Amino acid sequence: MTAQLQLSDVTLGYDRHPAVHHLSGEIAAGALLAIVGPNGAGKSTLFRGIVGLLKPLAGTIQRAGLDVLDIAYLPQSADIDRSFPISVYDFVGTGLWRETGFFGGMGKPAGARIVAALAAVGLNGFENRPIGTLSGGQLQRLLFARVLLQDARLIVLDEPFNAIDAKTSADLLLLVKRWHAEQRTVLAALHDMDLVRAHFPETLLLARGKVAWGLTAEVLTAENLLAAQRMCEAFDDSATACVVDSLPSRAA
Amino acid sequence: MFREVLIAPFSEFEFMRRALAAVIALALAGAPIGVFLMLRRMSLVGDAMAHAILPGAAIGFLLCGLNLFAMTAGGLIAGFTVAILAGVVARSTEMKEDASLATFYLVSLAVGVSIVSVKGTNIDLLHVLFGNILAMDDATLLVIAANATITLIVLALIFRPLVIESVDPLFLRTVSRAGAPAHLAFLALVVINLVNGFQALGTLLAVGLMILPAGIARFWSRDITGMIGIAVASALLSGYAGLVLSFQTRVPTGPAIILVAAGLYVGSVLFGRVGGLVRQLFPGRHLEA
Repeated sequence: MTAQLQLSDVTLGYDRHPAVHHLSGEIAAGALLAIVGPNGAGKSTLFRGIVGLLKPLAGTIQRAGLDVLDIAYLPQSADIDRSFPISVYDFVGTGLWRETGFFGGMGKPAGARIVAALAAVGLNGFENRPIGTLSGGQLQRLLFARVLLQDARLIVLDEPFNAIDAKTSADLLLLVKRWHAEQRTVLAALHDMDLVRAHFPETLLLARGKVAWGLTAEVLTAENLLAAQRMCEAFDDSATACVVDSLPSRAA
Repeated sequence: MFREVLIAPFSEFEFMRRALAAVIALALAGAPIGVFLMLRRMSLVGDAMAHAILPGAAIGFLLCGLNLFAMTAGGLIAGFTVAILAGVVARSTEMKEDASLATFYLVSLAVGVSIVSVKGTNIDLLHVLFGNILAMDDATLLVIAANATITLIVLALIFRPLVIESVDPLFLRTVSRAGAPAHLAFLALVVINLVNGFQALGTLLAVGLMILPAGIARFWSRDITGMIGIAVASALLSGYAGLVLSFQTRVPTGPAIILVAAGLYVGSVLFGRVGGLVRQLFPGRHLEA
């Protein structure tokens, strides 16, 4: 398997404080990887780095020929203005940006795909509703429909099943498995360990640094989880500059 | 009787025809911009910008007289200076963007009024502050029409990124770099339309023909296309009725236009189909599903 993502000694953070510290590893193309860890472990930060919203403080993230348009990102708290007067149909249609860009028209085939995507997440009949009338779970289904249309090779889902009822998360999980079957690379941050054990072959246990990374059964041991819990969450304002950067930097 | 009141002013007087043409151009371009200002929660930013561009427009006015081209260029420079300075201060200090913008636009307004008063006459100042749509020459009319055309073309170009940026900015950032340029282009359109409104409505009311129609449209439509259509229609109606009102009474044109729009707005708040007050009081029996 070729590597889809190559993380080399990546440190990501805010105001020089690391939220993900010296993480190295490889994510194979077509992998289905769960990322688990306590709150504040750096899961969302890692995702922001992977999709290119946040520049690493140190180290590199290589995306093996992936264009931004090959990545679909579902953030944890989507920053959506739900009072904006846009219909479910038009909103999901923005997922076709790769094909339509600024002006591309949406012809009949595109329309059929939008309807199909809405049906796939169980939102048929909602086409003309304004997005402001959807419930939280329906909105999450809507966002999945948009990811579906983005037709991306790398799909990054940040806590996709939070505050979602069992039926909805089961439906959405089916989509995740479908993407996996289509050889797409899927990363998901999750808190439900049973769900991870049942459906995700690989897991990264993150607590600012890597605690364990590999086959799910070997990663999610009581010992590893305890180690992750012990990680300290608060930034230390008086922390000194990190000197672990022993790797020679390529810049002269 | 109707003919005399509603049509005769325009068929008999050339300056009324010019004024009507100017108002139509302003309505066509300004109302869609106003809808976006409202939906992006920037209505008051539009008002602040109207004040901020005054020094630039004033310098243009003093150098070239009532030349809308010079005033637009000056206004754009002043507007962007204020917007960028406010943005820089907000990002690099603890100051919030709105407070920072308020500071800069007040400074800018003070500078603008000083320039006009020191270098021009009081008539000039009144002219800039309140406009004079009844003294419209061919050149000005052409600039207004050209600005309106540019606005509509640019708005068509940036429409999709602008809508997506308003609904889900993070999504746009992950699929395209068009967000920031689209936002800047939109700000430029705001400034262009404000300057465009100077001659007709004056600095103080120029933003009125953008914001009031947008507010009216909010009460009649649930989707953006419908809103833009209704906003343009109500801006056209306000412009026309305002001119008639001003012709038949002693009310100055700019305020007359805005007052008509205000009347439509009050009507919409009361009787609007989408969330109007009367509708809320008597919603009818609840539905089955």
